[in-house]
Amino acid sequence: MTGKTGKIISGLVLLAALLLLPHLLQYHHQDLLIFLTINVLVVASYRIVTLTGEWSLIHAVMMGVGGYTATLAFKQFELGMWFTLPLAGIVAAAIAALLCFPLFRMTQFYFLIGSFAAGEAIRLCWIQFVNPFGGTGGLSGVEPPLIGNIDFLEPVPYYYLTLVVVGMCLFILHRIEKSRIGLILHSVHWNSPLAESVGVDTWRYRALAFIIGSFFVGVAGGLKVHYLGTITPNQFGVGFMVFILIWVIVGGYNRFYGPVIGVVVLTLFDESIRSLEELRPAIYGAVLIASILFLPQGLESIPTRIRRLFSRKPENDSSPSNK
Amino acid sequence: MTILKIDRVTKQFGGLTALDQVSFAVEAGEIRGLIGPNGAGKSTMFKNIAGFYAPTSGDILYQGQSICGQKPHSIAELGIVRTFQETTLFQELTVFENVLVGCHKRARSNLFNAIFRLDRERQQMAADKVIEVLEFMGLSDRREQLASELPLGSQRALAISVALASEPSLLLMDEPFAGMNPEETNHMMDLTRKVRESGITIVLVEHDMKAVMGLCNYLTVLNFGKLLAEGTPDEIRNNDRVIEAYLGGAK
Repeated sequence: MTGKTGKIISGLVLLAALLLLPHLLQYHHQDLLIFLTINVLVVASYRIVTLTGEWSLIHAVMMGVGGYTATLAFKQFELGMWFTLPLAGIVAAAIAALLCFPLFRMTQFYFLIGSFAAGEAIRLCWIQFVNPFGGTGGLSGVEPPLIGNIDFLEPVPYYYLTLVVVGMCLFILHRIEKSRIGLILHSVHWNSPLAESVGVDTWRYRALAFIIGSFFVGVAGGLKVHYLGTITPNQFGVGFMVFILIWVIVGGYNRFYGPVIGVVVLTLFDESIRSLEELRPAIYGAVLIASILFLPQGLESIPTRIRRLFSRKPENDSSPSNK
Repeated sequence: MTILKIDRVTKQFGGLTALDQVSFAVEAGEIRGLIGPNGAGKSTMFKNIAGFYAPTSGDILYQGQSICGQKPHSIAELGIVRTFQETTLFQELTVFENVLVGCHKRARSNLFNAIFRLDRERQQMAADKVIEVLEFMGLSDRREQLASELPLGSQRALAISVALASEPSLLLMDEPFAGMNPEETNHMMDLTRKVRESGITIVLVEHDMKAVMGLCNYLTVLNFGKLLAEGTPDEIRNNDRVIEAYLGGAK
């Protein structure tokens, strides 16, 4: 079997599994599956921001920007989901574009703190401006779309809808990463003075990555609010941002699918320790520390490690992600 | 034809004057050596030309046009490309990918083209250019290796390949022979001549006097931020002020 047919077959198996999955689950778990699918988009879009080497703390808030945009577009202008979703992405991207000017004067640690501050400022706006954002209580009454007589309030149809949207977004993100633009984002990360010396406008590429990431997380926010029906500022606080970071770090950020593995595995893990309610933060902390100590390349490096155990020829672990 | 003209450039860092009213001109097609004792301002001059610093006063003209105060990436686009003092590469990328990044002028893509893969032809042209450059620099058989796995001599050759891929007309080389053994130095000198023969003007900062004297057809000597002397290698070798600056001669 050649590599290509192998890839096609495993792709088809994965697709079949994804399509069958909701029918094997209980109602509560179907709910969870939808949020998991949305979170896959959240971490995959975060990855493109981290490609340039910048770890922002505003990603969760950008998801909220998308969510609020979709909510207001739905409630005030009675737009359907086909308009609110792209709009959610566009508004998040536009706000990201504005934030580029102050934020990308900073790098590394300062950028991290700066992005956190900018995010909190946006979140405070949602709390302070009760009209139109609804204050701490947020907004409610957002509905999923109607297509013919399919009721998207039910988890299974909405799951399929989410799957299609997230699948399309992942495809685009993957295309970007494998393109010339992806290569340049890597080069900005690994040696920005050298990139600059051959004519790469590093500021523009950092901004571009940030804007693309914000667009797709905005779409994710729209998807979430249309299913949940309500939105509050606290959904997008530091807590959720920390989860995004843990998913990405535990999954590994050297390859495209690393963060996706991270969010899937940790969500399953989270379900399995549901009974230990008050111990969960401690367990998460332990998982993060353990993964940094023992699996610094993340879960995605496990296959490589196993292969190396069995083969004589050492493989290079730090190979770049655009392979 | 004058390709680069430095016109009374001064660079101050607070109270320290790193460059003081330095003027010189580089002719197209030459290999110009910029030498001087430690702290003479050679690297500062390079950074000013390449746009990493802006001069405090004075002007820098490239093909008759002022490039003062422009960003490094715009200057690179005009055709002035620098290599770095230490071996500066994308260590985590392969040799091929390193040079591919260098092809930025040729291969730049926009988001739309990237998503729908509309510029395949352009990307193919860039890949062809990479192969051509690797061939030229004698790195063809190493193209799939990671940059970090190369020996020092090949890393330097790769650094020049990255610069060449961006199709410069003026190449600034910052200490290309530092840390090399005589054999590697000889190889690098041959490569440098080859680059010049392909029509690229070269300015290099270097401490290895043997290499500089053998390679450059004209030298500019800086000392304490000031222009000390200019001339052919033979003239410089016998210039009393230069000897004094280097050996701290008796008064």
